Amino acid sequence: MRLFRRKTFSHGIHPPDHKAETAHSPIRRLPFPPRLVVPLDQHIGKPAVPLVHKGQEVVRGEPIARADGFLSAPVHAPATGRVRDIRPMPTARDRLTPCILIDVYEAATQEVLWHYPWQPRKMDRQALIQAVREMGLVGLGGAAFPSHVKLSVPEDKPAHTLVVNGCECEPYLSCDHRVMVEQPAELLRGVRYALRATGAKRAIIGIEDNKPDAIRLLQKLTAEEPAIEVEAVATKYPQGSEKMLIRSLMGLEVPAGGIPLDIGVVVNNVGTLAMLGALLPQGEALTERVITVTGPGVQRPGNYRVPLGTPIGFVLREAGYRGEAGDFVLGGPMMGPSVSDLRTPITKGSSGLLVLDEAAVRRESPRTWPCIHCGRCVNACPMRLNPAMLGRLAAAGEYQRMAAKYHLSDCFECGSCSWICPARIPLVQQFRVAKQWLRDQERRKRHAAPPRQQPLEASGKEVRAA
Amino acid sequence: MSAKARIELRPTPHIHAPQDVTVIMRNVVLACLPLAGWAVWQYGLSAALLGVTVVASCLLTEWLFGRGETLRDWSAVITGLLLFLTLPPGFPLWMGAVAGVTAIGLGKTLFGGLGMNVFNPALVGRAFVQAAFPVAITTWTPPFFEGRFSGLIPTTLTLPFTIPPETSRWAGAVAVDAFTGATPLALAKFQQSLSPATDLFLGTTAGSAGESSALLVLVCGLYLAARKMLDWRIPVSVLAGAALTAALFHLLDPERHPDAGFTLLSGGLMLGAWFMATDMVGSPVTPRGVVIYGLLIGVVTVVIRLFGGLTEGVMYAILLGNAATPLIDQLTQPRVFGEKRR
Ligand code: SF4
Ligand code: SF4
Repeated sequence: MRLFRRKTFSHGIHPPDHKAETAHSPIRRLPFPPRLVVPLDQHIGKPAVPLVHKGQEVVRGEPIARADGFLSAPVHAPATGRVRDIRPMPTARDRLTPCILIDVYEAATQEVLWHYPWQPRKMDRQALIQAVREMGLVGLGGAAFPSHVKLSVPEDKPAHTLVVNGCECEPYLSCDHRVMVEQPAELLRGVRYALRATGAKRAIIGIEDNKPDAIRLLQKLTAEEPAIEVEAVATKYPQGSEKMLIRSLMGLEVPAGGIPLDIGVVVNNVGTLAMLGALLPQGEALTERVITVTGPGVQRPGNYRVPLGTPIGFVLREAGYRGEAGDFVLGGPMMGPSVSDLRTPITKGSSGLLVLDEAAVRRESPRTWPCIHCGRCVNACPMRLNPAMLGRLAAAGEYQRMAAKYHLSDCFECGSCSWICPARIPLVQQFRVAKQWLRDQERRKRHAAPPRQQPLEASGKEVRAA
Repeated sequence: MSAKARIELRPTPHIHAPQDVTVIMRNVVLACLPLAGWAVWQYGLSAALLGVTVVASCLLTEWLFGRGETLRDWSAVITGLLLFLTLPPGFPLWMGAVAGVTAIGLGKTLFGGLGMNVFNPALVGRAFVQAAFPVAITTWTPPFFEGRFSGLIPTTLTLPFTIPPETSRWAGAVAVDAFTGATPLALAKFQQSLSPATDLFLGTTAGSAGESSALLVLVCGLYLAARKMLDWRIPVSVLAGAALTAALFHLLDPERHPDAGFTLLSGGLMLGAWFMATDMVGSPVTPRGVVIYGLLIGVVTVVIRLFGGLTEGVMYAILLGNAATPLIDQLTQPRVFGEKRR
C-alpha cells in the first residue's frame, strides 16, 4: 500500500534540497565566542525580565532573566562570565531588542554549574510542565513558541495524539536529521515526557522519506513500544508545517483559523523533544542548540552545537566564510529572515545559518514581470488559497478584500507561491505588508474612540504612499 | 571574512524555481518553430515570407508602443508565430502585417501589456483579419505544390488595398493531386466527404500554415507539457469536450456529422488546443477551472463547426473561453484548507 500512496498533503513544491552538503557531517561543538549577545525575547510572547545587573558574574546554566507571565520563557546564561551590559542590540527580529551582553571567561571550563533539582521519575503532569517552563524550552524548529504552553492541555480539550515533527522540509537544513541520528535515545525520552505531560495516548514521529537512516533507526528503537509510531511522509515542502504534517499522517485537517489542539493533536519538533530528553534528567536549562551552517561560500558547512547568543559573525569565522557580500539568513531559505548585522546572535529559534554569497544572490535577484496568470502559485499553495488573486489585490491596495474574500489570514507565509512564480512577484512580501496594514488598522480602530468615519479605501492609499 | 561585508536584505523566500517568464516564453517559441518549419516545407517561399512579416510586425508594434524593454520576454514573438500559423499560407503579406499590428496593438497593448490581456492576442489579430478580409482568409493553397521554393503564391505580393488575384486556375495547374481549393473541414461540411485520417494526422492536406499536421502539433505540445510549460489538463479537456460532442452528434446522424476522430484531427483544433487555449494569460488558474474552460472550448468548437455558418470554430470558441475565464475562476475557487466542505 505504501508503495502506491505515500502519506502527504495536496499541493506544495519540490525545491532542490541541498542537504547533501551537511546531512552526513556529525554535530561538532563550536568554541565559545569572547562575547555573547543574549536577547530577552527569543520566544513568542512577552520578553523575559532581567535578573542580573551590569558587572555581575554569572555561571553557565544560571537563570539571568525570568519569564513575564504564562506566554513567556526565562533565559539562562549560556556561558560562565561577567555581564558586560544590558542594552538594545540588533537581532533576527529585525529591530533593536534588549539583550544581556556577557563577556565570557576565557579560562572557564564551561561545564554547566547550575542545576535544578528535578527528578523526572517522580514528576506528574504539572511538575513536568513546570520543569519545561523553568528550563526555558521553546520550539527549536523555528517558531520559538514556549514549549510549556504547547504541552499544557486544558481539561476540556484533551489531546489524543502527539505528533513529533521530524520533517525538516526547509532546503539546506539538516540539524534535526543529525539530532535524530545521533541522539535517538534522548529524543525518545523526550517523546515519553511529552506524552506524560500532555496525557496523549500515542505519539507519531513523522519523518520525510529523504532521511531513510533516521526512519530505520527510530523504527528499530520503537519496535517494542506500541505508543510510539514512526512514519515516513513524502518529501515535499512545506511538509513540516503543523497543519500539513497532521494532514499527511492522520488525514485530518485543522479547522481554518484553528490550532492542532482543536482536533486533539499536539505537535512538537524533534529537536525540541530531544533537547527536553537531554536536559530534564540532568536538571539543566536550555543554553545551547544545534544549527546547520551552510550555503554557497561557506567553506566548512556542517552542523554545529553553539551557545545561544553567539554572534553570527563569529560562527561564520569558525565555519570559514570568505565572501565580501552576501545574504545572511537565520533559518532555512524559504522562511528564514535575512539579518542586517553580523553581530546578530543565534537564538533559541535559529535552526540554521544560511549564507548565499554574491554569485548566488545575483542568480536569485532577477527582474520581475507582470503576473502571467500561469496558475502555478494556485497549484503550489498548501492552504489552497489563490495567491495570484491575492497578489493582484495587494498591488491594488485592496487589503480588506484580501482578508474578507480571499482568506488572507490563512496564509502562513510558507513562500511556496513566491518560490514557484515565474514572474518573480514577491507575493509573500506583499501578503506580509497587507497583514501588517490590517493589524495596524485593527489596533487603530480599537484605540480610537469613537471610531472615525473615514473611508478605509482612502486611508489605505495614504499608508501605502508613506 | 572582512569586517564590513556588504549585506543584502531580501524578503523570503531566498530561493526561486529556475523557470522564469523568459525561460517559459523561449521554450514556447522553440516548440512553435517545428510547426513553422513544416509550414515552410509545405508551402515554400510564400509561407516563409508571411511568417517573417507577421513576426516582424508584432515585434515592431510592441516596440512602437513604448515597451521596448518588454521585447526581451519573447512574448511578442510567440504571438507572431502563432498568428502566422493560423493564416492561409498564401495570405497577402500586407494583410499579414495588419494582422500582426492588430494582435499586439489591439489584443495586448490596449489591455495594458503582458499579463493584462483578456484574449489571446494572436486570435484577436486573426479575428480582425477574418472580418476585414473574408475572401483572402479562406483562399487555400495546395500543399507541396511544384516550384514552391522558387516562386510565390500569386496572392502573396498583392499590393495594399487591391483585390488579390484569383488563384483557382493557378492552383489547379501546380497542384500535385486534384485540388479543390477547400480544406478537409469544408469538404466535410459542404460535401460530406471525409479526408483520410492518415492525411490529416501527417499533415498533407490544405489548411492554414500551421494547422495541417496533427502529429507535429502533438509532439511539440507534449514537449511543452513534459517541461511543465503548458497545463496538459487544458488540451486534454478541449479534445475530450470536442470528441464527446462530435461522437454524440455522429451517433444521432452519422450521415451528416463527421465522427470524433475526424473532428479531432481536422482543422485548427489540435493547434488551438495545445498552443492557443493554453495561453496562460487567458486561461483560468484554478484546478477545476482549467477543466471546465477546456471542455467549454471543445464543445463550442464542434457546435460552431456543425451548426454555424463557418467551417472552423476553434478561434471563436477560444475567444469565448478567454472571456469566460474570470467568471470560471470566481466560481471554482478551491476549498481552503481546513474549511468545512460545502
Ligand atoms: S505563502 Fe501563503 S499564499 Fe503563498 S503558498 Fe504559502 S500559504 Fe499559500
Ligand atoms: S505564479 Fe506568479 S505569474 Fe503565475 S499566476 Fe501566480 S502570481 Fe501570476
